[in-house]
Amino acid sequence: MSYLQIRHLSARLVGAKDRLLRDVSLTVERGQVHGLVGESGAGKSMIGKAVLGILPQSVEIVEGSIELDGVDLLQLSAAERRRRIGAHCALIPQDPLTALNPSRRIGPQITDRLVQILGWDRTRAETRAVQILGEVQIEDAARVLRSYPHELSGGMRQRILIASAFAAEPKLIVADEPTTALDVTVQKQILKLIAQMQARHGTALLFVTHDLGVVSKVCRSLSVLYGGMVVEDTAVRPFFAGPQHPYARALLAATPKYTDPLASLQPVPDAVIAQVRQEVKASDKGWFHV
Amino acid sequence: MPPHGYSPSGAVLNEWARGDLAVTGQMQLFGRFLVRLMTTAITLLGVAVIVFVVIRVVPGNPIAMMLPPGATEADIATLTALYGLDKSIFQQFVIWAGGVLQGDFGMSITTRQPVLALVMGRLPATLELSVMALVMAVFLGGAAALGGTLRRGTRTEGAIDVGAGMALSVPDFLWGLVLILIFGVLWPVFHISGRVTPSLDLPFSSNFYLFESLLRFRFDLWADIVSHMFLPALALAIPLAAIIAQLLKQSLKETMHLDYVTLARTKGYSEIHVITREALPNAILPTLTLVGVQFTFLIGGTVIIERLFSYEGLGNMAIDAVINRDLPLIQGIVILFAVIFTGVNLLVDLSYALLNPRLRHG
Repeated sequence: MSYLQIRHLSARLVGAKDRLLRDVSLTVERGQVHGLVGESGAGKSMIGKAVLGILPQSVEIVEGSIELDGVDLLQLSAAERRRRIGAHCALIPQDPLTALNPSRRIGPQITDRLVQILGWDRTRAETRAVQILGEVQIEDAARVLRSYPHELSGGMRQRILIASAFAAEPKLIVADEPTTALDVTVQKQILKLIAQMQARHGTALLFVTHDLGVVSKVCRSLSVLYGGMVVEDTAVRPFFAGPQHPYARALLAATPKYTDPLASLQPVPDAVIAQVRQEVKASDKGWFHV
Repeated sequence: MPPHGYSPSGAVLNEWARGDLAVTGQMQLFGRFLVRLMTTAITLLGVAVIVFVVIRVVPGNPIAMMLPPGATEADIATLTALYGLDKSIFQQFVIWAGGVLQGDFGMSITTRQPVLALVMGRLPATLELSVMALVMAVFLGGAAALGGTLRRGTRTEGAIDVGAGMALSVPDFLWGLVLILIFGVLWPVFHISGRVTPSLDLPFSSNFYLFESLLRFRFDLWADIVSHMFLPALALAIPLAAIIAQLLKQSLKETMHLDYVTLARTKGYSEIHVITREALPNAILPTLTLVGVQFTFLIGGTVIIERLFSYEGLGNMAIDAVINRDLPLIQGIVILFAVIFTGVNLLVDLSYALLNPRLRHG
């Protein structure tokens, strides 16, 4: 059973000819983790933003559908879409240092949504906040809830953001490179924490990352993107056994090996880049500029 | 606190360092406050010296204004001695400053009443006018900034920008004339002269008419007072509202791109909720500083606006005092204005520390 179904999604800069997302289709099953992989600028974050309705004003969706539990978000009114996303989806952002409001205490930043969007009473929301902070192994929750973000460490803040995402029991969470901004020593713990929380709550997770190593540990299926186009969309196991697409194969080969850290890195060969660029161009053939 | 992977000693060290920082932060805040008080005192002394010297050096003699034409040399000498104007400027200053420290600002030459009583009698009128203008400016400017942010990138925002540009480029006394023309002459809905209708019987025990009429539930008087204040306050408010609108909208729009605002968007809040609850508390700080500075200019602006609307405040009195060369009165008014200016600046600094948690904790 799929929870999120993206069909033939194309987006572009307002007024521009070239598309940023090219006919993207992908599915996230209920309670499963789907990875979105690609180099910088491949459009992986943009897909997450499109799902959550937070694309920049300069980007417009020109065709396709984003179905959440069978309802196409793009057909809804702006207010209805906002409420539906707020009630059923959540975001784990990339940079914990900038994703918490510096002038508000942690408490209301977690509970506001529960009270104002889900209609809980304040006591229930506060109890929930303490409980969910406990789940991400923050023990002195009462103190943390009274703190301002600048009083907490980066790792702590990322835990809070994870807890906040799970607080409303959403059906889908978009994790936008949630470990990229963190210290390498903390990355692994945070990754493990997200995986644990996902398994415990049975939340579908769209995991945006450029790290294939992370995908192999966390995801069930993945989509490889290049130039806003999905070049490979498959389950994790066959992918790591042997990717079909030459670009995906080269990308996998370019991942540094922990077993042999001294081996020189293999960049994606120019010929493969040229080939995948050709494909991107070819995909634009049937595309009529609106 | 082992959860985020500090070693136990690291955690202890961290806790210790944080506590220590908090203490230094508070001491720094207190020290800053002391330094501010001292600089304020020096500022006031400087203002006093400058005013004292300048009004005695520029041409124009208060004694000459008081005596009828044809007064004898002896009369002039007697009066000059009576007001102590025969002594050197330095001696005069020492005498005056000594009095001031004991709360005696001298006697007004023209009215022969104590300066302090005169000035304090007029101060409430000017304070009420300035605060009303400030409130109007904050509401008008804030509404324009929020509206412009809500409709950013549309014609509405463009219209707000143009309006603010116009409001800012026309000085307050010209707005006063425009308002008198529109709401006093063409469509006479507001009073354009005085502070209150003279025929009314005022039961007030203080000079804070607006405030006291509310306290006494005399809404008939309150309406009359507001009707008198509305146009001068609006004239003072329009340029400040434009400044608030421009700066606050700019900061709001910058804040709207930040990560925590984007995150708040995914939580299902309406756009106006996101702007007011998430962006505004962070975007308001630069505006607050500027409003503090601009408010002092606004108080300065009351001098001309009060004259224009014949409003019986300090500003109007200041102009009369200058015309009559009433030296002690000029000194008193200027010192009072200086106290208000520095006081407002101090308040702004304090509220800045209150609003920004990072500053509060050092």
